Amino acid sequence: MIAYLARISVKSVVTLFAIVTVTFIATRLSGNPIDTFLGDGLTAEGRAELIRYFQLDGTLWQQYVAFLRGVVSGEFGLSFVDRRPVTQVVGERLWASGQLLLASVTLTILVAIPLGILAAIYRKSWIGSAVMTVAFAGYAVPSFILAILMVLVFSYWLNWLPVVGNGSFLHFIMPTIAMSGVLVAALTRFTRNAMLDVLGQDFIRTARAKGLSEARVVLRHGLGNAGVTVISVIGLQVAGLAAAGSVVVESIFSWPGIGQLLVNAALIRDYPVLQFGVITVAVAVVAINALTDVAYALADPRIRLARS
Amino acid sequence: MTAIADPARPRRKIGKTDPIQKLAILIGVSLFAAAILAPVIVPFDPLGQSLLSRLRPPLGFERYSAGHFAGTDELGRDVLSRSLYGLRLTLGLAFAGALIGLLIGGTLGLVAGLRRGWVEDTIMALVDMQIAIPFTLVALLILSLMGSDLTVLVLVLGIAGWEQYARIVRAEVRRLTTLPFIEAAWTAGAGPIYTAWRHVLPNLVSPLVVQFTLALSNIVILESTLSFLGLGVQPPQPSLGSMVGLGRDYMPTAPWIVLVPAALIVALTFSVQIFGDWLRDRADVRLRDR
Repeated sequence: MIAYLARISVKSVVTLFAIVTVTFIATRLSGNPIDTFLGDGLTAEGRAELIRYFQLDGTLWQQYVAFLRGVVSGEFGLSFVDRRPVTQVVGERLWASGQLLLASVTLTILVAIPLGILAAIYRKSWIGSAVMTVAFAGYAVPSFILAILMVLVFSYWLNWLPVVGNGSFLHFIMPTIAMSGVLVAALTRFTRNAMLDVLGQDFIRTARAKGLSEARVVLRHGLGNAGVTVISVIGLQVAGLAAAGSVVVESIFSWPGIGQLLVNAALIRDYPVLQFGVITVAVAVVAINALTDVAYALADPRIRLARS
Repeated sequence: MTAIADPARPRRKIGKTDPIQKLAILIGVSLFAAAILAPVIVPFDPLGQSLLSRLRPPLGFERYSAGHFAGTDELGRDVLSRSLYGLRLTLGLAFAGALIGLLIGGTLGLVAGLRRGWVEDTIMALVDMQIAIPFTLVALLILSLMGSDLTVLVLVLGIAGWEQYARIVRAEVRRLTTLPFIEAAWTAGAGPIYTAWRHVLPNLVSPLVVQFTLALSNIVILESTLSFLGLGVQPPQPSLGSMVGLGRDYMPTAPWIVLVPAALIVALTFSVQIFGDWLRDRADVRLRDR
């Protein structure tokens, strides 16, 4: 177990290091960000001062070392827009994104797990095919189209739901559904496959043979065992998909979270914010992945007790 | 996540195509044809403005302007012509991106499968990283900083899916290299490059074609999402995603500006995905539930 934890930690640290490096390279590939961002109307002295200020003098290697030092000590620089520390700019948006993420993951679990179980039990009838068709549609319809169609129908035509902001419960409905579409598709598929895998095994036949009710067989013996796989999918797939989805959904619904911040920063090239935002989201995804790995190990004695 | 085998799934008879699949393939083929023939078949110049017939609705509605079957946008440009050109660009980008992903991922996967040891470990570590990083965010970063010209966009779309090819190719190569016919080739004195080219590659064709198809639909979604956000294809060049993004402001009064390209995107991803599943079912039984 300790070796396993160590391996997960090393993997996470290496991944984070790679992400930090990728963001560094991406921001420097385009040349001097001062010129791309502030370009016109800058005096030579002003430019030189800004370059010193944002630590863009020195060789690429020196910049990289300075950047890594900043990352370690929590110094990520200032936003180009309002010159506030990017940690603050991003930090104040964490909660809004977190709320939307929690709402979407909750909705996803509540919808996808029952659907997946249904699809597994009734795999040969129309119920199973209907569920899988819906799941398939979730993959094929991009979240921005789902969001736009909902806005058109429920806000503009029916006038039921607000489009912009996160003030009330009503504000949560469309963004949560738009975020959940692809997540539900992924999780339904995995739940179904994991359930089918378990339900085909010998101990399920034994459970039925000793006269347990079908509900108990499916929920306790089936879901109890498939649950481990399902949880790992929630952690591994959902985190990444949700990070991508929040970018789109938050900017459509003007949700004051990190996704919207990132798109705006990308459009106006506020690269310190963009850089730190990407790192923040990546840290969150890697942390969720690592926690999932640990949870998986705790739930599965084969991994927990393995020595390697 | 590894694929979960599904022993209970009823085996579909190879060679049987259900009606939904037939419909999807028909739609897919028509969309491809429309994209290729766009310059010949579109009724109007996709960039041509006509300020006298702005925001006209599609055929069958009041104020319909003759010839503009799908209506016009806020500058009087023909929505159908723009959509078909957008479809052409989206498909072109998707093919180029999927091909770049195939080249990068296929090569790395082949190398990882044939050369064990640290080479394989490094490549597989890269694959794991690519899976762990939410790629949409990296795409935002790169496009924002490098500018959204088509070359950068194609490269970004290509990098987006390379790791899938790498995993498939490596797994297949590892499986193939244990088989007697490869060993026979080695024994007969074939070198690694000859073996890879002559004996391994031909066996990779069908899983790669399947993965290529599925990648196409993923890239269409990524490209239209980026263009929708304003970071992909730049105006005035029409792309399906940017038409939806820019048309949003006119949605309450002129929803067709958004609905026509949105419908094309969904039709494209649906038909390509169904086609991919269909191919997978016929191409390779082992790949079934991936």
